[in-house]
Amino acid sequence: MTTVREIPNVQVDIPSGKKYEQPVGLFINNKHVDAVNGGRVKVFSPSTEKLICEVVDADEEDVDIAVKAARAAFQNDAPWRRFSSAERGRCLTKLADFIEQNLEYLASIETLDNGKSITLARGDVQGAANCFRYYGGWADKDYGQTIETDVTRFAYTRHEPIGVCGQIIPWNFPFLMCAWKIGPAVACGNTVILKTAELTPLSALVLTQFIEPAGFPPGVVNVLSGDGRRCGNAMACHMDIDKIAFTGSTGVGRMVMRSAAASNLKKVTLELGGKSPNIVFDDADLEEAAVWVNFGIFYNSGQVCCAGSRVYVQENVYDEFVKRVVNKAKSLKVGDPFDEETFQGAQVSKQQYERIIGYIESGIQHGAKLEVGGKPHGHIGYFVEPTVLSGVTEDMAVGKEEIFGPVLAIIKFKTVEEAVRRGNNSTFGLAAGVHTNDLRNAVKVSNRLEAGTVWINCYNLLHHQIPFGGYKESGIGRELGSYGLTNYTQTKSVHINLGMDLPI
Amino acid sequence: MSEGLFQKLPLPDGGTVRQPVGLYIDGQWIKSREVLETVDPATEEVITKVYLAGTEEVDLAVKAARNAFKNWRKVHGSERGSLLMKLADAAEKHIDTLSAIEAMDSGKPKDSNARGDVEGTIALLRYCAGWADKIYGSVIPTGSEKLAYSKRLPIGVCGQIVPWNYPLNMAGWKIAPALAAGNCIIIKSAETTPLSLLYFAQLVDKVGFPKGVVNIISGLGKVAGSHIASHPGIDKIAFTGSTEIGSTIQKLASSNLKTVTLECGGKSPFIVFEDADIEQAVKWAAVGIVFNSGQICTGNSRIYVQEKVYEKFLEKFKDHVLADYKLGSPFDESTVVGPVVNKVQYDRVLHYINVGKNEGARVVLGNEQNPSKKGYFIHPVIFADCHQGMTIVKDEIFGPVVAVSKFTTEDEVLEKANDSIYGLAAMCFTQNLERAHRVSDELETGMVFINSAENSDIQAPFGGVKMSGIGSELGAPGIETYTHLKTVHLNLSNKL
Repeated sequence: MTTVREIPNVQVDIPSGKKYEQPVGLFINNKHVDAVNGGRVKVFSPSTEKLICEVVDADEEDVDIAVKAARAAFQNDAPWRRFSSAERGRCLTKLADFIEQNLEYLASIETLDNGKSITLARGDVQGAANCFRYYGGWADKDYGQTIETDVTRFAYTRHEPIGVCGQIIPWNFPFLMCAWKIGPAVACGNTVILKTAELTPLSALVLTQFIEPAGFPPGVVNVLSGDGRRCGNAMACHMDIDKIAFTGSTGVGRMVMRSAAASNLKKVTLELGGKSPNIVFDDADLEEAAVWVNFGIFYNSGQVCCAGSRVYVQENVYDEFVKRVVNKAKSLKVGDPFDEETFQGAQVSKQQYERIIGYIESGIQHGAKLEVGGKPHGHIGYFVEPTVLSGVTEDMAVGKEEIFGPVLAIIKFKTVEEAVRRGNNSTFGLAAGVHTNDLRNAVKVSNRLEAGTVWINCYNLLHHQIPFGGYKESGIGRELGSYGLTNYTQTKSVHINLGMDLPI
Repeated sequence: MSEGLFQKLPLPDGGTVRQPVGLYIDGQWIKSREVLETVDPATEEVITKVYLAGTEEVDLAVKAARNAFKNWRKVHGSERGSLLMKLADAAEKHIDTLSAIEAMDSGKPKDSNARGDVEGTIALLRYCAGWADKIYGSVIPTGSEKLAYSKRLPIGVCGQIVPWNYPLNMAGWKIAPALAAGNCIIIKSAETTPLSLLYFAQLVDKVGFPKGVVNIISGLGKVAGSHIASHPGIDKIAFTGSTEIGSTIQKLASSNLKTVTLECGGKSPFIVFEDADIEQAVKWAAVGIVFNSGQICTGNSRIYVQEKVYEKFLEKFKDHVLADYKLGSPFDESTVVGPVVNKVQYDRVLHYINVGKNEGARVVLGNEQNPSKKGYFIHPVIFADCHQGMTIVKDEIFGPVVAVSKFTTEDEVLEKANDSIYGLAAMCFTQNLERAHRVSDELETGMVFINSAENSDIQAPFGGVKMSGIGSELGAPGIETYTHLKTVHLNLSNKL
């Protein structure tokens, strides 16, 4: 048996002058350990382009070790399986308490690692605490059924955990996604291996310091920093992982699903990309709608799967509305994410930044009108100005493909039918927005939009109580709310013979 | 009483406590015209006096609650849950004090009984906190001509009357779900055990529930209790106590058709089949009738033992109770059974013991009373060779007195078990799978325990049928009972 080498925390400097402890090892069996092959990966701050620190990089062998730990923790006689459901829930609510007590610490690491503004990061951290607390409350409340058939049979269902769950999260909401994944999975009694995004491993590692104090036995929550090609792929293909949950691009989601099917038919849930239509009718409150449209695309620097990246504006209010959207966009402060006034921080990496600039150029080349923005902001860090392109059509790349940046495409429409048809004309179906004051219009249009979430007179409001997920190629399954529990349970039906006649 | 609203009380195990004695209404502590002494049943000494709510004070509380409800009903479920979690944390910090006050006021042994009650209250607060943001309505799959949905909303102002056998714990069963569901409450403790809930009121205040949301009063049943039950400004009454009073409450509640839920009495049958694990049956039976001095609504005060194992059961039961159920001071660590709660109960239980003797029941374990000893201590009594005609088999005694009868067949014992006005719980001891499920289906009770007793869970609905009550507490139904449904039909295209 190889001895496990523990890796100590390093110190990380925050621009305010504070110094924080940063765990950097792979978190397996409640310890921070080295990788089998000693791999390391550098982590950079996208707002300063400076190196933050190095973290241990997980390989396929490390995935195996983590799976063994998670499997051992899931055995029937292991402590985790003998916890009452209330005790499981208590671990989660304690974890939520720890997060709140360390809010500034976590938010600062998140801002440093991801580039999002500190105010937004604080919201994410609080949202994560709320999500953990919410699922802590579910742990002892997921009822099975007793089913009345005939008196010779007693039938009931049990909601049981699935087992060892692999979870792969993206870089746009690194900390919040930990909560969305770990929360429901452990509430239902599973054990997890969470792989963070290559670009943003730090906040999840900070969280790992609270796992043991919250009461989780070793092996229940394991966190690996690793890339998609080796680590993520090993998880999707692993014969002893019972379920995989992935949030990221549609392209990678497809690969995960393929690998899951080719290996052991592990259960799959996916939260993928989007090109969500945000529809503004002529009877909408235009000033408010303009704010929601801005929030719908520039929030988190446009790095949001459900971003309202295609705005459809009814023709008789088109010119006025574009003006209002542009004015609002101009007022958004871009810059140092540690500045309390900043709304929009840096894009997460050079690669993303270059991709976004490329799309803007493509849009302009194909005839879209640049209303505002369109340029990088500043000389250090990957900042892009909030950009609005009008006169976009769906055959342009900017009107069809997911840009994942602060680039809004504005499209004109005439009738309700047209708006719905064009809004639905996408392989994606994650979310949609409808801005109108007409009651019937709101309900009828939202009924017809092929989207997992429809926001009426608002946008980008996610809440742990409300299910979220995609139609079509935006995903499989729903996270959050009570629906999120079904992703992490399997149902066993039990039939007890109470005096049936023999069949033959 | 000219004393203040807080009394410095010595605790029997050393230390003192600053005990509130007023009424907690609209976020304030107030006095009233009447006071009542509360007595330590282990020493028969007066502990202190508490202020009693009269009809005026109940009116004040209703006004405060109605007013507070205007805003409280708009508070987000997660926030309500958060406050309940904080209340649980506060109770945890004060667990020693709460256990001591409870033991002193009610006679429950501090370490083997009262502390468990406080722990249970903390667990229930956390459990209900988790429900607060998970109260769902339904969207109804009609056609496209409308959007039809129902919402689950708080009832409003709820009156709650709790008993003396688990003073704080029973208050927790009322407070936690009502607040989780978004209601405002007026809760009245039992006359004979007001102290722990008053102390708890300080924690409610400290964690920041808005004023008027929780109002905590001591009061007489026939004054404050009746006024609450009949009050036109109260939307629901929830009561735990005797069937007799429950019936009165139901009648009074008809004044404004307020919703009524009742957790009342029981005479729960404990059935031992010949294939039962007798050692286990004996142990559970003792838990079910000797623990808490038999002052348990689900107490298994009637035991039916199948012929073949009858004498064996009686012998082992007697030996077990004698060996393991030590009577003593509530503050002695080794005590398992304390006194009964007050003189009225003491006299009543002793009366029933005499009745049992007069009715000809065989005394397997007698009542060794020590008249010179202070305190309302009653040694457990096991009567055997009982039959359905006996008073001690029919009436709820609410003390450590059990009536054991013999039976031959399953049909016979089911008939006898169901031959009662009550239907709270039943216990069935057998190793046979089919029999266990079959018998539990046939028993006319709200709860059945197979191979255990007093083994309920805050996640599982708790309640009785027949004259044992109306409605369920705990689990999801416990939350639902503090809500009502509103159905909305949004017309989309149905034009006349």
